[in-house]
Amino acid sequence: MSDTAERVAKIVVEHLGVEADKVTQDASFIDDLGADSLDIVELVMAFEEEFGVEIPDDAAEKITTVGDATKYIEEHKG
Amino acid sequence: MRRVVVTGLGLVTPLGGDVETTWANLIAGESGAGPITRFDASNQKCTIACEVKPKDHPWGFDPDKRVDHKVQRQVDPFIVYGIDAAGQALEDAGLTDMSEAEKERTGCSIGSGIGGLPGIEYESVNLHERGPGRVSPHFVHGRLINLITGQVQIKYGFMGPNHAVVTACSTGAHSIGDAARMIAMDDADVMLAGGAESTINPLGIAGFAQARALNMSMNDRPKEASRPYDRNRDGFVMGEGAGIVVLEEYERAKARGARIYAEVTGYGLSGDAYHVTAPHPEGKGAELAMRMALRKAGLGPGDIDYINAHGTSTMADTIELAAVKRVLGDDLGGASMSSTKSAIGHLLGGAGAVEAIFCILAIRDQIVPPTLNLIDPDEGTEGVDLVPLKAKKRQVRAVLNNSFGFGGTNASLVMQKVD
Repeated sequence: MSDTAERVAKIVVEHLGVEADKVTQDASFIDDLGADSLDIVELVMAFEEEFGVEIPDDAAEKITTVGDATKYIEEHKG
Repeated sequence: MRRVVVTGLGLVTPLGGDVETTWANLIAGESGAGPITRFDASNQKCTIACEVKPKDHPWGFDPDKRVDHKVQRQVDPFIVYGIDAAGQALEDAGLTDMSEAEKERTGCSIGSGIGGLPGIEYESVNLHERGPGRVSPHFVHGRLINLITGQVQIKYGFMGPNHAVVTACSTGAHSIGDAARMIAMDDADVMLAGGAESTINPLGIAGFAQARALNMSMNDRPKEASRPYDRNRDGFVMGEGAGIVVLEEYERAKARGARIYAEVTGYGLSGDAYHVTAPHPEGKGAELAMRMALRKAGLGPGDIDYINAHGTSTMADTIELAAVKRVLGDDLGGASMSSTKSAIGHLLGGAGAVEAIFCILAIRDQIVPPTLNLIDPDEGTEGVDLVPLKAKKRQVRAVLNNSFGFGGTNASLVMQKVD
């Protein structure tokens, strides 16, 4: 797992209170990890904070899995 | 009208994370007061409070027992306390496994006086320092007063009345009274009722200190600071926590063989129409509430064995006492009256419900809790049993619980042993 993927997974575990082994790159926030739309808003804010990236609303809407988040961050971080 | 009984109890208080720990400490004369640890209070005029203890403390509260990790992160502490106390009460009543039809007839009336002040304070600073885009998406529903009721009904699938009272320090008593009426009026068969509060944060302490409501003269002696009826009292000590009861229609409770703690037989409500923070100097509003509750219960002077006073450790204590005397007689008709705020502080919106539970436990165990620190009783207390310093064994068949709040709001509950 890349450093980014690890840090993303750690944030997801912490915010959603789920078991670490469930947080695979394929896991869907809503379908697999029990998040609701507000949880995703909160996660996106936490990613922005952790990685110093800005994730605009239209991009955030397309982030539905852990892998989507990792990919976006790797492509956009400074 | 249908009869309403109490079949379950739940407590989170500065004396314990559950009912039995709290009650044992209260009867033993322990105090929950101490220096504020929740934040650095060194620049405050008041530096003491009755905090709920962390889980590694012998009297501590473990939020992980009944509240999801995710919910804990999203909501203010008063909601966490409320969800836990509601769970305790349901478990105590044996009602954690109800049918869908029963759940449709089960509701909540759980309020708070102030709600999520610590979260409002935090996000306000956050907004100013970091901008609107950094405010939590859970900010609003994690602070709203009706969100104990909301969270509990979602957690357990209850679809009955979804109600939350906001009447400052009368909230807990009004919550129980209103819920009892909902059952009596056939709106529901089971109600979780009570209140919760947690405002031991810089803004909460500063606000009550500026309103000259808190004790600020005994910061070096926290356990002595809450001293209702004592000549040296000069303000309340902030408490926090939650108290929630299960109320149930009597025939239903009897049919399922539930343990019945007490019956809610009287509820009185009134307003002072006088001042935003000070009580009416003659306690007229308090008197009206007590008289209404006793009339509904069909009881008079001599019938009440124990009164859990509002008794905040302010000048208002003797105003309340004078009103009780007018209602029950100069000797209170033989009743004992104590203020348990001397031990747990003032839980504001949680106070009335926590104290109603103390009344119920007094009926269960035939013992009344003490008024701590009552060493030099003030004028007007002669000939009255205020249960100074030590708990007292006595017959307890009927109890009166008083709660009064800012805005001139008054509530009294009468509860009785069911034979």
